[in-house]
Amino acid sequence: MTATNAIEARNVVKAFGQGDATVRALDDVSVEIRKGEFFTLLGPSGCGKTTLLRLIAGFEMPTGGHILLDGQDITYLPPNKRPVNTVFQSYALFPHLTVAQNISFGLEMLGKPKAEIAARTEKMLALVKLEAMAGRKTSQLSGGQQQRVALARALAPQPKVLLLDEPLSALDLKLRQAMQIELKRLQQETGITFVFVTHDQEEALTMSDRIGVMSQGKLQQVGTAKEIYTRPRNRFVASFIGETNFLTARAEGTKARLASGDVVDLDVPATGDKTLTVRPEQVRLVAANEAGALVATIANLVYFGTDTHVHLALSDGTEVTARVQSPATGDAGLEKGAKTGLRFAPGAVQIVGD
Amino acid sequence: MAERRFSATRLPGFATIAMLAFLALYIPILTLVVYSFNSEVTMGNWGTATLDWYAKAWANADVKDATLRSLTIAGFAAVISTALATMAALGTTRRRAFKGQTFIYVMINQPLMVPEIVTAVALMILFGLIKTVTGVHGLGYLILAHAAFCIPFAYLPIRARLEGMDLTLETAAADLYASHWHTFRRVTLPILMPGVIAGAMLAFVVSLDDVVITEFVKSAGQDTLPTYMLGQMRRQLTPEINAISTGLLLVTIAMLTAFFLLTRKKD
Amino acid sequence: MTPPPMSAAEAAQINASVRNGWLLSLPALVVLAVAAVGPLLIVLVYSFLEAGKHGNVVGNFSTGGWSGILWTRDIFTDSYVLADAHLTIFWRSIKLSFLTTLTTFAVGFPTAWFIATRPPKARALWLFLITIPFWTNLLIRTYAINEVIRTEGLLNLALMKVGIISEPLKLIYTDIAVFIGMTYVYLPLMVLPLFAAIDRFDLRLLEAGYDLYASRWRVLRRVVLPIVKPGIIAGSILVFVPSLGAYVTPRVLGGGKQMMIGNLIELQFLAGKNWPLGAALSMTLLIVVTIALLFYVRAANGEKTHG
Repeated sequence: MTATNAIEARNVVKAFGQGDATVRALDDVSVEIRKGEFFTLLGPSGCGKTTLLRLIAGFEMPTGGHILLDGQDITYLPPNKRPVNTVFQSYALFPHLTVAQNISFGLEMLGKPKAEIAARTEKMLALVKLEAMAGRKTSQLSGGQQQRVALARALAPQPKVLLLDEPLSALDLKLRQAMQIELKRLQQETGITFVFVTHDQEEALTMSDRIGVMSQGKLQQVGTAKEIYTRPRNRFVASFIGETNFLTARAEGTKARLASGDVVDLDVPATGDKTLTVRPEQVRLVAANEAGALVATIANLVYFGTDTHVHLALSDGTEVTARVQSPATGDAGLEKGAKTGLRFAPGAVQIVGD
Repeated sequence: MAERRFSATRLPGFATIAMLAFLALYIPILTLVVYSFNSEVTMGNWGTATLDWYAKAWANADVKDATLRSLTIAGFAAVISTALATMAALGTTRRRAFKGQTFIYVMINQPLMVPEIVTAVALMILFGLIKTVTGVHGLGYLILAHAAFCIPFAYLPIRARLEGMDLTLETAAADLYASHWHTFRRVTLPILMPGVIAGAMLAFVVSLDDVVITEFVKSAGQDTLPTYMLGQMRRQLTPEINAISTGLLLVTIAMLTAFFLLTRKKD
Repeated sequence: MTPPPMSAAEAAQINASVRNGWLLSLPALVVLAVAAVGPLLIVLVYSFLEAGKHGNVVGNFSTGGWSGILWTRDIFTDSYVLADAHLTIFWRSIKLSFLTTLTTFAVGFPTAWFIATRPPKARALWLFLITIPFWTNLLIRTYAINEVIRTEGLLNLALMKVGIISEPLKLIYTDIAVFIGMTYVYLPLMVLPLFAAIDRFDLRLLEAGYDLYASRWRVLRRVVLPIVKPGIIAGSILVFVPSLGAYVTPRVLGGGKQMMIGNLIELQFLAGKNWPLGAALSMTLLIVVTIALLFYVRAANGEKTHG
């Protein structure tokens, strides 16, 4: 039987420190990363995403649980015996070696024949467009070039999985966007499974096939970018990715009654006290007297260029933010203190766990 | 006239004292160097500029003998102490703090803390006992003593270099299939090398300079250059001593210059 | 929730790391134990043995070495009298070490300040100029200062030429000669730690001090000195400790007459007079130096917790 998962983590626990000072960096995490996919671990700093990456690489050993590569248990295999390579956040390029020597390092350590090493190094240099820099010391390169050397060095031994630890965080915005496209291209060309760690939700949404959202050592949700954005499983996921409104409501079937007394439609029937979430761009402003619309007071208007954030208060004071596209003049034609009607787009209201 | 600007760092009189201090430091050394070229023995008379005293020192069998011995001891002491200090530095840095680490630090720095004269008599007693019991004489005692007190000097720059070294480089090597040995050989050691060389040079200079411990530990006929000079200073002083001193001074300056170039931070 | 127990693999990793730390340090520790620390214990043992007739020791327990530090036996009356020769030497050692420390600080602080406030390139050069004497053979430097202060030396030649004095000053082989010599050879030991402390000092604090109406001297006293205090303590210890144990400088410049503790110790061993006394004197010196170092460590740690 051939495994379909490149990486599988089973009930992984990693604790740091001892006694009362123990911190669980990973708390019973299980995840399956498929072959050939671009998988992103997304979360705020300290959520455990880098720890999970280091466990996959073999730099740390778990306190409990198992890690499988292609269905083989590699939990206690040292890093130099794993067909997994890492692009480090700081790049960790060897300062005493040239660009070409950095790239060929892994192949040499694997004991590949000289001719193969030379050919493969050439190919990697071409892949990251650094042929002209082959003989340079890495300290003479720009940040973007160092990044590409780090990529080439990690890809050269043709690992089964490539791990990337916030590799773009040191680059400026322009270069970061260019590298996002470059990374995606490299992943598609090589067909290698990428596991990418970032705290940047935009990066995660634009590059990944699937995203695992992490918080406080736990995996909160795994899914495609769209699934995670439109169907967040809990409050944390909803608020960490994009902006959102939270409303408390009592649900009965496909109807839910808000604290303000207004009633909204639900996609999925439910019963009892629930937390609802609606993205600001799914809040539509309509005439105050439109039938079935919720009535709110405009509390504040904030102009953001492409759109304007309208802060609204429902009859009981519950705050709701709407995002409306700014017209050509920039003036949304709304006034602070005025009454307005609002509707939620069909399917936009989601129930989230806490 | 240029306007006088306020300088926060200027303190009145400090620059003058500093200049005087530098003069006071260098006038004696320069005097020593200049008079090594005086053809007359006494300072009051300046004969002609000459290299005779250098020639005389060069031809002096005792000086040659002592120089050779000094270099041999310093060479061995530098190699041994640097090897030991490198290992100790690797053992005491960049790992989770462990019990006994302070003990190791104190041991390593102990030669810096104990007055030389105390170590000197201690070694004289111990090695004297061993010499009596075994009947073995030779340079080994001096080399061992020098290697020991050179360890903290070699340890310092190596440790500084190691602490400045990015740990992820070794992680990266392991990630790229390098074994422990290959990681050390191909990554750690090359990056550490400037520190190791700097440590070896300091150890060499420190060994070459030692007077007190050597004076007490040496057997008869085991003079090093400094102990030979100390012996000569009891007798008639001639510019030959100046010539030998100037030679040693040059070696020290050459070593220090190399040391500075090696440890200089790259911009 | 109870913390999970460490997995066996994790524990093994930590144990291996600690074991490697010890293994790597072991060779250095062995050499230091044999040729630096261990011999001190022998000195301790010797200080409690009986002096041999022609130097060395006899294997009988005796406190004669220790009592000999302060008391000496009068061979005519067979009674013990105060060893005032020793007391003179102790007093000279302590007096000269204090004077040396004070003088090197008075000269060294402005010098270190001067170096630390130069622009970076010039600073490296001035620092190098301090480092050369620091690493130059102590004997050579002692000899160099001897060239200047001896009776037919540069200083007397210059003063007589200018006509300030008609007879050469007899400095050499006096306490003053030893004091000048020690100040000269130990000055770099004071300047370097002071420089390190001033270099770390944030010079913008000076501007803050002036901004708050302090004069230059008050900024120095109220802002600079308290902050660079660890450097002052380090420099003082670095000068005081070797001064107290000085051997070469008093030997060359004191001419065997103006002895310090180091020379007294030598006398007991090389002249073969009284090894237990020499051992006891060595131990006394070691104890005094250790106390000074402990004082330093405490002061340095105290600074750290305040800062």
